[in-house]
Amino acid sequence: MSEGAVRTAAQPLAAGGAAAFLRRQWPWLAALVFALVVPWFSFDWSTGRHSGFIVSMLSQIGISIIFALSYNMLMGQAGLLSFGHAVFLGLGGYVTAHVVNATKGGALPLPLELTPIAGALGGLAFAVVLGYFATKQRATAFAMITLGIGELITSCALMFQTFFGGEGGVSTNRMTGRSLFGVGYAAPIQVYYLIVAWTALSVVAMLLLTRTPLGRMANASRDNFERAQFVGYDPRMVRFFQFALSGAFAGIAGALYTLTYEIVTYDTVAGPMSANALLMTYIGGVGVFAGPVVGAVLIVLLQSWVSLLSNSWLVYAGVLFIMMVTFAPMGLTGLVMMHQPIWRAGRLGRLIGPYLRLLGPALLVLIGFVLAVELCSFLTIGAAQGKSFTLSRITIDPRGARPWLVAGLLLVGGGLWLRVAMRGFGAAWNAVTEEVKTTGTRA
Amino acid sequence: MEVLLVSLLNGLVYGMLLFMLASGLTLIFSMMGVLNFAHASMYMLGAYFAFSVSRVIGFWAALVVAPILCGILGALIEMYALRRVHRNGHIAELLFTVGLAFIIEKATQMAWGLLPVPYRVPPVLDRALFHVYGSNFHAYRGFMLLISILMFVAIWLLLTRTRIGLVIQAALTHPEMVGALGHNVPRVFTIVFAGGSVLAGLAGVIGGNYLVTEPSMAATMGPIVFVVVVFGGLGSLAGCFIASLIMGLVQTFAVVIDVSLADLLARLGVPVTSATPLAEVLTMPLPRVGALLPYLMLILVLLIKPRGLMGTRDT
Amino acid sequence: MLRIKRLISLLLAVVLTLWTGGGIVSAQQGTIKVMYTDPLSGPFAQVGDQNLQQFKYILDYINGRGGAVGRKFEIVSFDNKSAPSEALLALKAATDQNMPIIMQCSGSNIAAALIEGVDKHNERNPNNRIVYVNCGAVATELTNEKCSYWHFRMDAHVGMKAETMARALPKDVTKVYLLNQDYLFGQSVQRDVKTFLTKLRPDVKVVGDELIPLGKVKDFSPYVTKIKASGAQALITGNWGPDMTLLIKSGMDSGLDIRYYTMYAHLGGGATAIGPAGNGKVRSVMAFHENIAVETGKTDTEGWTKQFRSQHDFDFYAAGFRTIFEFLQAAMNKAGSADPTKFAAALEGLTITDMLGHQVTMRKADHQILSEYFVGVFTKGVKYDSEKTGLGWKTETTVLPKDLDQPNSCNMKRPS
Repeated sequence: MSEGAVRTAAQPLAAGGAAAFLRRQWPWLAALVFALVVPWFSFDWSTGRHSGFIVSMLSQIGISIIFALSYNMLMGQAGLLSFGHAVFLGLGGYVTAHVVNATKGGALPLPLELTPIAGALGGLAFAVVLGYFATKQRATAFAMITLGIGELITSCALMFQTFFGGEGGVSTNRMTGRSLFGVGYAAPIQVYYLIVAWTALSVVAMLLLTRTPLGRMANASRDNFERAQFVGYDPRMVRFFQFALSGAFAGIAGALYTLTYEIVTYDTVAGPMSANALLMTYIGGVGVFAGPVVGAVLIVLLQSWVSLLSNSWLVYAGVLFIMMVTFAPMGLTGLVMMHQPIWRAGRLGRLIGPYLRLLGPALLVLIGFVLAVELCSFLTIGAAQGKSFTLSRITIDPRGARPWLVAGLLLVGGGLWLRVAMRGFGAAWNAVTEEVKTTGTRA
Repeated sequence: MEVLLVSLLNGLVYGMLLFMLASGLTLIFSMMGVLNFAHASMYMLGAYFAFSVSRVIGFWAALVVAPILCGILGALIEMYALRRVHRNGHIAELLFTVGLAFIIEKATQMAWGLLPVPYRVPPVLDRALFHVYGSNFHAYRGFMLLISILMFVAIWLLLTRTRIGLVIQAALTHPEMVGALGHNVPRVFTIVFAGGSVLAGLAGVIGGNYLVTEPSMAATMGPIVFVVVVFGGLGSLAGCFIASLIMGLVQTFAVVIDVSLADLLARLGVPVTSATPLAEVLTMPLPRVGALLPYLMLILVLLIKPRGLMGTRDT
Repeated sequence: MLRIKRLISLLLAVVLTLWTGGGIVSAQQGTIKVMYTDPLSGPFAQVGDQNLQQFKYILDYINGRGGAVGRKFEIVSFDNKSAPSEALLALKAATDQNMPIIMQCSGSNIAAALIEGVDKHNERNPNNRIVYVNCGAVATELTNEKCSYWHFRMDAHVGMKAETMARALPKDVTKVYLLNQDYLFGQSVQRDVKTFLTKLRPDVKVVGDELIPLGKVKDFSPYVTKIKASGAQALITGNWGPDMTLLIKSGMDSGLDIRYYTMYAHLGGGATAIGPAGNGKVRSVMAFHENIAVETGKTDTEGWTKQFRSQHDFDFYAAGFRTIFEFLQAAMNKAGSADPTKFAAALEGLTITDMLGHQVTMRKADHQILSEYFVGVFTKGVKYDSEKTGLGWKTETTVLPKDLDQPNSCNMKRPS
């Protein structure tokens, strides 16, 4: 648990009043303001339209944030690796679709803003039923049970038509005419703001959950399973409740998915969606609460935006993943958090120089690597598709020797330079950390 | 009777194919606790290497060369990458192999193209071996059966009769102790990982031309192999063998036993019509869900015996 | 501290957003852009990839003949990774740039999502409409229960393919076995084949009817045992991918003496996977194969497809896509505009002559194309072989457009 979180937990919430609250939580508030404002950066003033693509991508980011955070309730906080988490997102989505369709028919006077509650209840119900079996075990057995459950539900979604609507899925229309604020939800931007509201709510809820006894016990059983049992709580029940609640939040994400796309199909419960959750959470960092948020933003951007530019986005995702797993298993946020003691000691400035010296070679290696991958891809796949390799206005022909030489040079040369720079950086880091340890951090 | 015999034969062949794939994974999993998601990728590479090599020096040479190539690749991966990740924990290793599987799939697509490649059964084996109640039993299936039995015998002999085999067996159940006794455990790990890759590669050579050799073959074979390994249990090769056979036979027999829950209920006097709730589920005949039974069985076994059928340790 | 991490991610998002907001893809000015979305990565990558290559060749031809309303066509591709949500993202990208057409060929689940998405978009944004051209998602209900005015399907649907198969069954075949994949598409094939057999061939008995879980069966020998035991003379299946190739391979290995009727054996990879052993046994329902032009003496079409062969290593199985663009060309020229509202009205009910000489119609009632369909057999002795196997497709049965004019239950809402 990070020092900051422990400190804030120890202090009573009321201490210092609103000003102190703002000072402590300003990153989250800044993020909220940013989320509210960002669609207007790409607003097309001439036609008076938001960029549909950007708004869709932002909505996807919001959904993924809730999904990844709910996944981290299992992985990061309880130490439970699940291979079938998408099941709850998808099932929550299906339930919501049926509920919204019922609302339209007049049977259920539920305002659209509250439909994610249906998703939450759906996710919770299924998580309770399936979790009863899954949480009987832990570690590897648990992971494999979730794998089995994921495969079974995916196959069921294809086979059974009544609930799942078969291959075509269940479609719905979010313009039900029922709204707490009189909003029509015709424009995607309105759905986006609804998503922002629900994301904020979910984030707060999950954050508060980490400070409850349940959250603490989940951490305890993750850290030392045997010892945690001596505290007196039944570890099985701890796992079970954590699983159920995580399923509920995934259901909320599923409900928002339904409202955004107005259709739910079987791929929402399938393996790739579960793998996405794993990817986002791990890359962002499982040890920090906000890790999955960062991971979700990054992966959605990678998937939707980078894939526009290149067919090889999967390679980049895979390599990023492997690098994280090998060198930085604590994730991006974990890497940042490593600087916390240095920041506290006010010595972060000492690292700026070494970082800058690292930036050059790192960029070279990155460019060289991207160039090499894209060349390979264009040589075998892209060229036949009629695409040409263009960077702004320069066309690069993968058949010539020159681009390959450039890529090779960048990779090898940059790599060697990077090694040297890394050594220097390592020395600087060790020096600073030693200093911090001996002189102590400034309060 | 005819159906029973034919299904028995079919189930046996399929089970042995699963064993070929699962044996390597069981060794790796039992030894290192690593659920190697890239194991099926080695299977795929074995098939592709065999395809390319057999075009130059023929199938029989490829039978030897391709698995060795996979073994070398496995050794390299273990020595230079997996070993680093090992200290970050089991989840990190598992995730590493997931990323590796991604990359191998993409690299395969880039190297051999997106379509299936014409990797075919050698002509000398491409005929009927004998007839069973009117159907042919294809010679190549007999060959597959032979190789997988040889594989099992070879692994068993290696583990029980050689020194390194005994060390591996010990490390399968008590890795730390083996290290404390002075054996070079990292080297043993590399050998096991490379050995597992060789087995997967061999399975690919044999299976790739019988099934279809294409870039997504790893993703389609992967899940069932995991199910078999975990079902059989950690630390037990015999468990893996039995699990493969059980899975093969169950899936085969499920296809020929044409009953559904509704039929059973009707026998008990409870009629099921289209108006009954969950009618869709109850009228589902067994053949339709045959391929899903392994997952169901896995869940059931894990609930009762978390270590698997014959597992000897947790992780 | 949390702050730094948040700052970094904020900065990243800002930079990328601003950059992206400026425009996603740059393209030539003045062209008629068609957004094409299909899987371009992942397990189905070859579908999108091969389609793109064929589209490129076709557009060279169409643009060489003037394009439409004096402008050339241009394809912009978007990888939907087999996910409906990504396809809807493609739709947003297309409408952001005021593209008049979005095209998609693979996956009825994605098609269903696109139909709904396009409908809702066009209703909510009457000044920025878009037409959805469906080049291969064949679930029957897409032009029946789920039909839409803005959706135009350019391939025969499952019902039409099933009827073609029923018509192609020779007189001496009286026992057939059905085996399909257990999801909406496979279940439609199952249902429609049985309907048309009852209607057109009441003498035929369905001796077996199986559904298999999608993509999970590796060993088909137990199924082959059942098929043999049933005495079936023909196996009818809508399976695609490994479910199809493994089934056929297993049947051939066991020496099963049966005719295989498929829907997808002619697509990329099928010929390679089946191999020379399938000589004379495997049939497929298709809109086009490279030997039809030879059989019917259409030398200019033959020359055109022959040139494609010399540049690519897979069959030009989607040459029929040229008909799509000929329709679009004709409709836009008739309406005098590439504006969706205008050319959609011109497109429905239009009839053109396609490159094989048949009269092809875009039916007004449900926006389903009515074109000729063929059943080809995989055999030796044809002029153009498939994927260097030495065997190729030869037409066994031709079914004319008028024979496939099936009734439909479409109740589409027309724009006022």
